[in-house]
Amino acid sequence: MSRKTIVKVEGAGMSFDTKKGKFVALRNIDLNIAEGEFVSLIGHSGCGKSTLLNLIAGLTLPTSGSLICDGREIAGPGPERAVVFQNHSLLPWLTCFENVLLAVERVFGKKEGRGKLKARAEAALDMVHMSHALQKYPHEISGGMKQRVGIARAFAMEPKILLMDEPFGALDALTRASLQDELNGVMEKTGATVVMVTHDVDEAVLLSDRIVMMTNGPAATIGEILDVKLARPRDRLALAHDRDFVDCRAALLEFLYQKQVKKAA
Amino acid sequence: MSAATLTSDKVVSMHATPSAVPAPAANEPAAPVAKAAPREPRTPLSEILLAVFKAVFPPVAGMALLIAVWALLAAKGGSIPGPLAVWDAAKVLFADPFYNNGPNDMGIGWNVLSSLQRVGIGFGFAALVGIPLGFIIGRFAFMNAMFDPVISLLRPVSPLAWLPIGLLVFKQADPAATWTIFICSIWPMIINTAVGVQRVPQDYMNVARVLDLDEWKIVTKILFPSVLPYMLTGIRLSIGTAWLVIVAAEMLTGGVGIGFWVWDEWNNLKVEHIIIAIFVIGIVGLLLEQALLLLARRFSYGNS
Repeated sequence: MSRKTIVKVEGAGMSFDTKKGKFVALRNIDLNIAEGEFVSLIGHSGCGKSTLLNLIAGLTLPTSGSLICDGREIAGPGPERAVVFQNHSLLPWLTCFENVLLAVERVFGKKEGRGKLKARAEAALDMVHMSHALQKYPHEISGGMKQRVGIARAFAMEPKILLMDEPFGALDALTRASLQDELNGVMEKTGATVVMVTHDVDEAVLLSDRIVMMTNGPAATIGEILDVKLARPRDRLALAHDRDFVDCRAALLEFLYQKQVKKAA
Repeated sequence: MSAATLTSDKVVSMHATPSAVPAPAANEPAAPVAKAAPREPRTPLSEILLAVFKAVFPPVAGMALLIAVWALLAAKGGSIPGPLAVWDAAKVLFADPFYNNGPNDMGIGWNVLSSLQRVGIGFGFAALVGIPLGFIIGRFAFMNAMFDPVISLLRPVSPLAWLPIGLLVFKQADPAATWTIFICSIWPMIINTAVGVQRVPQDYMNVARVLDLDEWKIVTKILFPSVLPYMLTGIRLSIGTAWLVIVAAEMLTGGVGIGFWVWDEWNNLKVEHIIIAIFVIGIVGLLLEQALLLLARRFSYGNS
């Protein structure tokens, strides 16, 4: 791969101290993510995919190994690694516009004037087609719209890498599909680097350049990595009968339901 | 009606912008319009009357029961004045609530106002000290561990037990009464603020961490708005307790105030006035409570 590596995960492991002793969540994770790449983390629930994302975000620190972003060790969270949370995490006392502006101010507030900052927040909301709800509060809009604002907030920060923790997990199938298409469009415009946690096979194939399949926990690690060599822009209708798409999907299903069978909890 | 047209205007203008892709965006904003449209043509008068009856009848019945029991007790007991006697006394009393014949003989209005003033001052100081302290205790585990035993020890003490200390320190009755209000108001304020700070959802703190906000922004944009509902609960509890305590404190300290007035009327054996005072204290307490509930509703956000 000729593109510059932006995130380097080397031998990362994560264990927690619990009442029953040490619980190893992740072990021996090695992963390089290139600039402009879309990487999905997929696996059964409890496989530590969110833990890995939190490590990259810096929200938690690894108990072994190291993570490097853009040549620097990840020692904590920072705006160059924006996170789209599963439950959107918009501040309920701020309007959609103010939620995005808060992030924009933090990143660009020292360099740019008030008007420029506002324009940035508006542009980000426009990109996810939320211009009509600038002055609405989060409780006044639907779940899908909240998640769009969450995505706008993350993109507005112009992060080096965008981390998404099951961003569409809480949405119904139709809303999810329209947001996936929208995300595809935004990525084509911005060329962003994205790491996304998902448990949705179609979503992973549709959006990703590479899919990291994780083994079941405890002590989960990377099982296989699948390259998705589908041309962009991708169209969900055309792909439904595409040979490569079907093969990718089959490979994922085989990994999840044959090699890593999850016993019913 | 105006809300519906406004929304549809916005939907139209959004579609007019060239960048908008109508397919995904159009679904959602359309929903409120659709919701607003099917409106009941008119509710029949009988249903309105029934609803009014259901809302009004139970409280009226409760009050009527109270007055009936009171009238019955007055008729049997002899020394307690009945509702009619109290009503007559009240008409005289409220004809001129703000007369002033020197410090020992003032209208009931002045007495209520000076009690409220003491509550306001004592409560105000308690808020000034208690809210910042609550923030500190909620934010730092060390402070929580340090102050927890102190608060647990002092909180169950009746504020009136602090009255002699107040008299000793301030050498005057009035500030001593205010001091008891301060003491009784401060605990709910500290505790509720601290709990509010501890219960700020981790999601919001994660947002703060990812954005790497500075401490000032964290306090103003995340902690304060998130804690505000808890703080308002603390304020409501404080004012409620303060209004309970002031009556007792004033009975002990004297001066002008509704508590002292009750005691004074007891000495004059004007039992009608004591019953009036009970109603006045109740109504003022109720109004304080309702005003603060209204304020709390203004600042409660539709979370999640």
